[in-house]
Amino acid sequence: MRVGLFVPCYVDQFYPNAAIATLQLLRKLGVEVEYPLNQTCCGQPMANSGFEHLTNGCNELFVKNFSGFDYIVAPSGSCVLHVREHLHDKDETAAQEIRSKVYELTSFLTDILQVKQLKARFPHKVGMHQSCHGQRGLKLSQMSELVAPQFSKPGSLLNMVQDIELIELNRIDECCGFGGTFCVTEEAVSVKMGKDRVADHVKHGAEYITGVDMSCLMHMEGILNRQQSPVKVIHIAEILNAE
Amino acid sequence: MSAVTNKDHAELAEDFNRDENRVDWHDETLWWIRQKRDRIVHQIPDWELLRETASQIKHNVLSNMHSYLQQFEANALANGVHVHWALNAQEHNQIIRQLLKDKQITHMVKSKSMLTEECGLNEYLAEHGIEVIDSDLGERIVQLAKEPPSHIVLPCIHKKKEEIGDLFHMYLGTPSNVADPQILTEAARQHLREIFLTRRAALTGVNFAVAETGEFVVCTNEGNADMGAHLADIHIASMGIEKLIPERKHLGVFLRLLTRSATGQPITTYSSHFRKPRDGKEIHIVLVDNGRSEQLGRPDFRNSLKCIRCGACMNTCPVYRRSGGHSYHTAVAGPIGSILAPNLDMEKYADLPFASTLCGSCSNVCPVKIDIHDQLYKWRQVLVKKGYAPTAKKIGMQLMAATLSSPALYHTAGKAGRAALRYIPFAINNKLNPWYKHRDMPQAPKQSFRDWYLKNNS
Repeated sequence: MRVGLFVPCYVDQFYPNAAIATLQLLRKLGVEVEYPLNQTCCGQPMANSGFEHLTNGCNELFVKNFSGFDYIVAPSGSCVLHVREHLHDKDETAAQEIRSKVYELTSFLTDILQVKQLKARFPHKVGMHQSCHGQRGLKLSQMSELVAPQFSKPGSLLNMVQDIELIELNRIDECCGFGGTFCVTEEAVSVKMGKDRVADHVKHGAEYITGVDMSCLMHMEGILNRQQSPVKVIHIAEILNAE
Repeated sequence: MSAVTNKDHAELAEDFNRDENRVDWHDETLWWIRQKRDRIVHQIPDWELLRETASQIKHNVLSNMHSYLQQFEANALANGVHVHWALNAQEHNQIIRQLLKDKQITHMVKSKSMLTEECGLNEYLAEHGIEVIDSDLGERIVQLAKEPPSHIVLPCIHKKKEEIGDLFHMYLGTPSNVADPQILTEAARQHLREIFLTRRAALTGVNFAVAETGEFVVCTNEGNADMGAHLADIHIASMGIEKLIPERKHLGVFLRLLTRSATGQPITTYSSHFRKPRDGKEIHIVLVDNGRSEQLGRPDFRNSLKCIRCGACMNTCPVYRRSGGHSYHTAVAGPIGSILAPNLDMEKYADLPFASTLCGSCSNVCPVKIDIHDQLYKWRQVLVKKGYAPTAKKIGMQLMAATLSSPALYHTAGKAGRAALRYIPFAINNKLNPWYKHRDMPQAPKQSFRDWYLKNNS
């Protein structure tokens, strides 16, 4: 199985550790992983701002970088959702193939690799932030609004980690307010949403806040740091890869 | 009525957020209702099936609007109801004014109707010397406060009981500093009783109109629509054309969905059917288009007409709860309003589809399964293409697209950005950076993942 590692632009630039953990974790699980060197961004920042028509360059590049892999895996629900829903190209067959083969990390581990156990240990109190695009868009876990059986792909993986203590939250799946360019165009509401989300974790004793999307975590980290809080954010791949 | 303002959603939301305690209170109040909704929908095993059924029934209505409207009109006329057609808000208002003029009525009582808010009826009638008193308690409170409703089901959810006490003291003669809901409700009851007994005309909205029978159903929790309609000589019902359902039996689906989604109640306290006028009385129904046909003709947005106005998308929306209904500066606020309003006026409401994180909670609570967050995304594309994007944003996006389309440019820009954050943070951490206002910037690592990969994997 050949997997192309898709590292979202801001993860590449600001959170290399999340990408390193993803790569190492996949290799530990016996997957042949390659990182196409010419990748940049999926184009989501433009598309969600209404400028989908400016994403052709990104799309073309994406198709060029990721054609031919059995799967494409990324440590980001949001970017994967964007590719799944909005990647189009002159070569529409290639784009269509990519759309069907791109996976967010925890769903790849759960659905394709069918991971049943992990050799990971993380002896900390952890709050899990359900990122909306992963949860509601990619259906990584059951949503509080729907009447349906409970499940959680990231949650079941975290439960395989030794000595981890997952905390309960008052609002299990409310948006943190990051929302891409929303975080600057609607700065006031975005920050208030982030503060409230962070407070829920802090109130329940979290030492770390984790999730499948580094972007939400980046936003919450910005708020935690401004509050000089000792609570840290960590991408789920880093926990699943922790020893 | 929409709030008169030149500010966009982000600015109005910033104003609202100046009082953080109030935002917390507003958020908690609406979240409490969302939780009530969750509790009651989880008691119904077939909830998702019910949503799907309602969505399909509305799909049928939207696909056969023309024939259902004709059927409804024919049956209503046969029942002795007068039927009027209004192309837009202006025609709707004129029709109502004419009806009142013909009867020489200068005072009307009204039950809550978001359509009349959309049409600006109260202001229009006031300009023509006709007094309208809103009889829904929440609506009466915002009317006294000279504000538009901030929520379609809970019009004064943004007001604390102390503020209501002040308003009642000022206008209804209650003692000052009274915040006891029992006392205030009693004062409202006495005040409205006088209105109900003296008004010769009553206007109600319409929740569901049944094509098969020509009847319509009005849902309230206070019975105020009934009081107005039963006591007055003339009952005028204002109805958006999308409120149709084909048959009476379909009410069983919608009445079960409406209030569970809205307030977490099993059913509204009053679900009143109006079919034919009593002897000597008149019922008039005004069927209003006001942009609905146009929305029906937009394939990406037609599903928004399935809306039954329960307000669940507002209660669940984390942005709405923290920006307040007035920040949407339109009659129907929140996620659903943000996909309905640009249809009426793209320029005026170009900001609204952007007032969302696209979290998708709205689509999940919607009892008729409107793909609200997907429509918000689609409106953004339409609005930008039509040129309703700020110039700075346009330029920024073009620069971003050019950088991200070229690996070389992207690597250079990334390196430069990280270096700036490390060595000249004041260039980024300043007032001009909206991120930095209340958040720290991420720490810039020495190397990107790509740099690491090149060193460790080749």
